[in-house]
Amino acid sequence: MKANSFSREALIAAIALAILVTIPFVSDSSAVIDFGIRLAAFAVFATSLNMLVGFGGMVSFGHALYFGAGAYSFGLIMQHFALPIPIAFLLAVGFCAAVAAIVGAICVRLKEIYFAFLTLAFQMLFHSIIVSWTFFTGGDQGLMGGLPRPPFLGLNLVDPTDLYWFSVVVGVIALLLMRYILQSPFGYTLRMVRDNPDRAKFLGVNVWRIKLLAFVLAGSFGGIGGIIMALLVSGAFPDFTYWTMSGEAVFMVLMGGVSTFIGPVLGAALLLGFNDIITRVTEYHGLALGAIILLFALVFKHGITDFIAQGWQRLTGKKVES
Amino acid sequence: MDTEALFECVTSMSCLVTQTSTGLIVGSLLFLVATGLTMIFGVLGVVNFAHGSLYMLGAYIALSAFRLTDSFIIATVIGALGVGLFSLFFERFFMRRVYGADVLMQLLVCYAFILILDDAVKIIWGSEFQSMGMPAYFQEPPVFLAGGVIPVFYIYLIAISAAIAVGLWLLLNKTKIGKVVRAAAVNPSMTSALGLNTSLIFAGVFAFGGALAGLAGALAAPVRSMSPGMGFSVLIESFIVTVIGGMGSVSGALVGALLIGLIRSFGSIGFPYFIEGVMFIAMAAILVLKPSGIMGKDNR
Repeated sequence: MKANSFSREALIAAIALAILVTIPFVSDSSAVIDFGIRLAAFAVFATSLNMLVGFGGMVSFGHALYFGAGAYSFGLIMQHFALPIPIAFLLAVGFCAAVAAIVGAICVRLKEIYFAFLTLAFQMLFHSIIVSWTFFTGGDQGLMGGLPRPPFLGLNLVDPTDLYWFSVVVGVIALLLMRYILQSPFGYTLRMVRDNPDRAKFLGVNVWRIKLLAFVLAGSFGGIGGIIMALLVSGAFPDFTYWTMSGEAVFMVLMGGVSTFIGPVLGAALLLGFNDIITRVTEYHGLALGAIILLFALVFKHGITDFIAQGWQRLTGKKVES
Repeated sequence: MDTEALFECVTSMSCLVTQTSTGLIVGSLLFLVATGLTMIFGVLGVVNFAHGSLYMLGAYIALSAFRLTDSFIIATVIGALGVGLFSLFFERFFMRRVYGADVLMQLLVCYAFILILDDAVKIIWGSEFQSMGMPAYFQEPPVFLAGGVIPVFYIYLIAISAAIAVGLWLLLNKTKIGKVVRAAAVNPSMTSALGLNTSLIFAGVFAFGGALAGLAGALAAPVRSMSPGMGFSVLIESFIVTVIGGMGSVSGALVGALLIGLIRSFGSIGFPYFIEGVMFIAMAAILVLKPSGIMGKDNR
């Protein structure tokens, strides 16, 4: 990977960031701000899952564990210790990495469906710990009482607009970092492990270590999504680690497309948009969402970005690199 | 954690009998759901993530049939048949399209159906808790055994499940149908080359597995309260059962189901807040130590 390609990615990220940051000056609608914060959380979360699903070939159905782990560890640190937000942020990400290292060390050896199950099992185990450890986590009610959010660097995260700026900056930086990681030699080794683990092994690659590293990275970035969400709702809830959260993330990845980096971000935007519209129009949320999922899974068969990429390919005759 | 209570129960005969019988009926119902799941996996190679919803559908159909006919037997039969028919429809129009696709697609199609069926139940039967109540002819005084109490309905339930387990074993091992199904599981393209319609076999197995889940739902109706979304905990438990027993293995499903049933009933005394945790740990341990499960053969 050449250096100018790195700076091109950085330029794209800077432009995106510049546009996103100016949005509150154009529209002060609270719905837009709120959507932006949620999108930042889920774009990072879905993209981190795609590191495993799309680039590592590991279909995890328990990724919400890290979303919840990020939210709960961040929330508990803020409630129990008077730490500045950036330090609590890093500690929470570290906690997610540690959890992912333990779970990953056990899971990544397993094949397809067994991997999906075991990740799901660990997630539900974490969920049942959270629900039953009432005096520490608040049990069913979630982490109540609000999170103290002391101002730092001139940002007061209690204010929605400040939180929006914080979220989009963190979100774009996290996405850029993931992009760099996936374009690095490690990223290409991960793709090789996905496509042909035997060949990778013959070439001297330690398959288990590469997969584990990807798992830990995905868990850490997934935790960042959870932290943003915890800041938004000023708490953490058991639903964050429930299987439906993993299901939605998987669907975001699929809807956007697994073969492009930006796909899951688009998928997150689409699903959040659908959810908002559906809840406004009908009380039968599942029925409508289920129908949309079936449409994507059976009719389109691929995500939106795959369609665009294929169309582009046909137009230019050039293969789009994932 | 209340090890003292657990120890007291294990050493007292009456508590032992009561808890074991509870464990057995939980296990029997789980066996019916899990065996369908494991057969579908063994023959079709797909995991039916919507299996818990079929269980739920069975319970609700049986509820309506029971209110109409006032006969529990007819209600059970209609519950099983109705869900069997629905499974056939689900397989022919939806699942069949994702057999060759990756796990992600299969998960998603099932996930969509879980959402849709939960809402369909809400629309048809309402979102509040419902219960069938114990049918009149099971309202007999319970059987006392060594000081323990066993309701009559439990005995009926365990007997039906045992009969189905035996019948299933005979069907799979002693009949031509069983031979064909096992052949399709091992090598579908060869089976099809020999002139057997594998697509039909797949549909049949899926419908049969679905009908078993529906039967379990119908049988559970008198003892469990019903609500939309009730299928999910059953789904998770039957997954744990199939993984512990070995995916694709019917005898493994029996062993796994009884094990989970007993963990549930004794766990409610010893570690009520951590039953699920113990089940997940058991599953994780099996996956790490012997991924093919207790009774499973090593996978293709």
